[in-house]
Amino acid sequence: MYTGKYAGFWVKGVVSFAAVWFPAAAALFAQADVDTSKVYSLHEVVVVGQRPAAEIIPVQTLSGEALQRLSAHSVADALRYFSGVQLKDYGGVGGLKTVNIRSLGTNHVGVFYDGIAIGNAQNGQVDMGRFSLDNMEAVSLYNGQKSALLQPAHDYASASAIYMTMRRPAFGDGEKSHFRLTYKTGSFDALNPSALWEHKWSKHLSSSVNVEQLYTSGKYKFRYAKKDGYDTTEVRQNGDVTMWRAEAALFGTLQHGEWRAKAYYYRSERGYPGAAVREVPGKFKHADRQWDDNFFVQGSFRKSFSGVYSLLLNGKYAYDYLHYRSDPRLDVATMYVDNQYRQQEAYFSSAHEFAFFDSWKAALASDFRFNTLDADLQDFVSPNRYLLLTSAATSLHFSAFHVQASVLHTYVHDITRVLNAAAGDKSAFTPALAASYQLGSDWHFRAFYKRIFRLPTFNDLYYTFIGNKSLQPEYTTQYNIGVTYAHSFGNALLRRLDVQLDAYYNEVENKIVAIPADNQFRWTMINLGYVEVRGVDATVHGWWQAAGVQFDTRLAYTCQRAQDFTSPGSDWYGGQIPYIPWHSGSAVVGGSYRGWRLHYSFIYTGERYESTANIPENYALPWYTHDMAVTRTFQLGAARLQLTAEINNLLNQAYEVVQCYPMPGRNYKLIIKVEL
Amino acid sequence: MRKTFFILMLTTLVVSSCRKEEGIVPSTNTTVTEGEAGTIAGFFLLNEGNMGNNKASLDYFDYETGVYSKNIYAERNPGVVKELGDVGNDIQIYGSKLYAVINCSHLVEVMDVRTARHLAVVSIPNCRYITFDRGFAYVSSYAGPVQIDPNARLGYVAKVDTATFQIADSCVVGYQPEEMVICNNKLYVANSGGYRAPDYDNTVSVIDLNSFKEVKKITVGINLHRMELDRYGNIWASSRGDYYHARSKTYVIDTKTDLVTDALPLPGSNMTLSGDSLYMYGTEWSYSTGSHTVSYAIVNTQTRQVVSRNFITDGTDKEIEVPYGIAVHPGTKEILVTDAGDYVTPGTLYCFTPGGKKKWSVTAGDIPAHIVFTRQGLQN
Repeated sequence: MYTGKYAGFWVKGVVSFAAVWFPAAAALFAQADVDTSKVYSLHEVVVVGQRPAAEIIPVQTLSGEALQRLSAHSVADALRYFSGVQLKDYGGVGGLKTVNIRSLGTNHVGVFYDGIAIGNAQNGQVDMGRFSLDNMEAVSLYNGQKSALLQPAHDYASASAIYMTMRRPAFGDGEKSHFRLTYKTGSFDALNPSALWEHKWSKHLSSSVNVEQLYTSGKYKFRYAKKDGYDTTEVRQNGDVTMWRAEAALFGTLQHGEWRAKAYYYRSERGYPGAAVREVPGKFKHADRQWDDNFFVQGSFRKSFSGVYSLLLNGKYAYDYLHYRSDPRLDVATMYVDNQYRQQEAYFSSAHEFAFFDSWKAALASDFRFNTLDADLQDFVSPNRYLLLTSAATSLHFSAFHVQASVLHTYVHDITRVLNAAAGDKSAFTPALAASYQLGSDWHFRAFYKRIFRLPTFNDLYYTFIGNKSLQPEYTTQYNIGVTYAHSFGNALLRRLDVQLDAYYNEVENKIVAIPADNQFRWTMINLGYVEVRGVDATVHGWWQAAGVQFDTRLAYTCQRAQDFTSPGSDWYGGQIPYIPWHSGSAVVGGSYRGWRLHYSFIYTGERYESTANIPENYALPWYTHDMAVTRTFQLGAARLQLTAEINNLLNQAYEVVQCYPMPGRNYKLIIKVEL
Repeated sequence: MRKTFFILMLTTLVVSSCRKEEGIVPSTNTTVTEGEAGTIAGFFLLNEGNMGNNKASLDYFDYETGVYSKNIYAERNPGVVKELGDVGNDIQIYGSKLYAVINCSHLVEVMDVRTARHLAVVSIPNCRYITFDRGFAYVSSYAGPVQIDPNARLGYVAKVDTATFQIADSCVVGYQPEEMVICNNKLYVANSGGYRAPDYDNTVSVIDLNSFKEVKKITVGINLHRMELDRYGNIWASSRGDYYHARSKTYVIDTKTDLVTDALPLPGSNMTLSGDSLYMYGTEWSYSTGSHTVSYAIVNTQTRQVVSRNFITDGTDKEIEVPYGIAVHPGTKEILVTDAGDYVTPGTLYCFTPGGKKKWSVTAGDIPAHIVFTRQGLQN
């Protein structure tokens, strides 16, 4: 049985390995299908806000200044400005922040940092609050998948994807070095210094080193009040975070190509403030803590040969350590828990693109990923996972028509330290199809279909007492139609307008849900849920100019009906799924005048329910926050000094994103930035 | 231009700044059956609510009117911050007072039984169950003193004066103590050791109520939970097993000798005693079928024979996903069974005739679990 599984793994493995290690073989395979070739040179295109019309698949991007100006602590805060996104935020700087795109669930979001996937084989969720905006050039959100052809197979492997791109050094004539020092401070006793050094070593080699430290006590006032009832204001305790981050990267250019390599280290210690539930005031205090170490090195190489064939190689090694402790010596009400988890990941990808004509391209990619998880849990099976992803994609372009089709093969094999504890192998093909039609120079009509699944995580399958190794993958199917309009108006007040409007229908089948096994304290995972999502996403982006004032406006709106159709006999059949508002949106207005800049943003999350039972007991009021910032820039000789003052949640609204996890009220931030 | 811009921003601010205040969720009344007068005026049902959601809630059923009132605590106690609390684990009546043990709020809520209005709280960390004797309440708690090894932390029983609501004494027992019974001036508490898997506790601690000291430990079975005292001086105690090889069982302890006299192969997730009839059910999860196997039984405590393998006789048991709470009306012998469903949406309360036919059912709160009958009635 055991060896049988192994054999199966290797047989299937060989096909993908061939493509990984012998690009030429893969090329030959592709040549058998097509025999014409055409020059195509490649560049990593960092898609910026002005270019949505060119995308065949819905994408939203915040980049450069627009990204830095947001009153945002982390990438998580920035994601709130995209339409179709629900951020699950447990509050405060240190609180877990995960994203749910178009109600498909957090586990269906792929997260990529500089082109390479960030994984969490343990629970499949990436805490977006951990990623600093300090050195971020762009954050993009793709529904479906990125429509580039030359990309790793991993890029096809999730229902939607977030790409974070680190700032890449760019030097003017005669420039050799850039230095930047930033110091942020403000509410929650936050101290956040960071430094950046970029250096140009030669015409073909530059480097970037970025270090950051953050401390916050995480203390903030929160209020719970009921009409004609109680009214209490308390201070959030044990929400402190101490974090260090260091990143170093090398950027090289080649003839018809480029390479990059980076090392990343993140270390943090944080407290868990816990759910704000009824307690005798001041009697007990939460004291549970978590320590994290995250380290990875990754490299990427891209080159175009003879114009016809392009190669992209990516590799990564990651080590993640998590230590959680709940200690009754510090908090008498708690039970003792002290667990350490160690994850390792090795990843290699090779991708190949063939440009036969300008109008016809094809690509093949093969990724291999190996994950391990060790934990000092009772009876833990210590799973290892081998994942092979193979993708084939092609794109056709005739005048106004653009079509892209791809298919992904996923093969997964788990082994465990304990005999017969591993889940069975899984092998599946999943397709995606996207098309767009251009009308005139301003209008694009687009549509896509994608079917993909997420694998059960190590926790879903193997967590002692809870895991269920017979779990099957959770599938999503997405249908999207949309239109984009982009127009530049010359010297009018409104200089440019970009509009995107998409309507979609999604299904989530075999949804992995936790259900109680025997009692409140024993749950297990099963494939049970079925969800249908119908929604509309809209964004309108305008650039304006008048009388020396430049400003831009960005509006995003989402309307969603996400219904749980799991149990036909249930009273709650068809109920809106938890935490998904029917309406949500954001507005951002930024204006600059001489050395001044004013920034205002508004976020709205409409009424929603905290359970599929859409009854008054589970009703959550809409919430909305207003954030404002003013920035003044001075030129002091060669140095540029920037001062920013921010006031967030201006109206001091008391709100929760997640039940029993209060969010901060009005808070302030001061930023001093010196660039040399 | 800039003026317009600022006016626009100000307008947005003003327009969007009026948010309605969050109100207290009122109770809902449902007439579920015809009213009938009797010595039992009604019952309270405590819904546990999922951990970390602060959703424990209290329901009341009035036999005279046949009206089920869901979620009565919040509107009767608007001044109590964050309502009833997080995870309601037990409810009992003693004298004129109603006691609700709120596990993850670490307190016992004391209410007037005739109004369900707040009177006092008793702070007990990680409190589980409550029982009474001669003016004192006894509350089991997981949170005993922390020894050198924080992982080997014993539980305790707190002795609470019901006149002052002050803690009078405490007694350290086994690991993670659960239900208790009192017999012959001795308190028996079931030690589970549920946090110490696979090294579960397997003992019942016996506390002498005069000295309030643990006088002995009776070795019974692993992972003990429920306890019922029959009229022959026998304690019926359930063992939850280890969820792997050791199945759930029911043990009989003779309080005269403090020895285990019987072990029945009946899974006992929950049980309630009415006369000589011990009503019980067991839920066992099976990975192979991906479903719960639920078994019901009535055991005669005199003969120790299984009288019935299903006290629900009309097929309604197939509708019940996860039986969670059980109670039998002392007068009419009507059987109440709650269904916790998926734990994250409201559960259902079923009422069966003594013959096991469904009489009525009603939607309760999240995880309806603990029922206590009252003779005193609930006033508005």
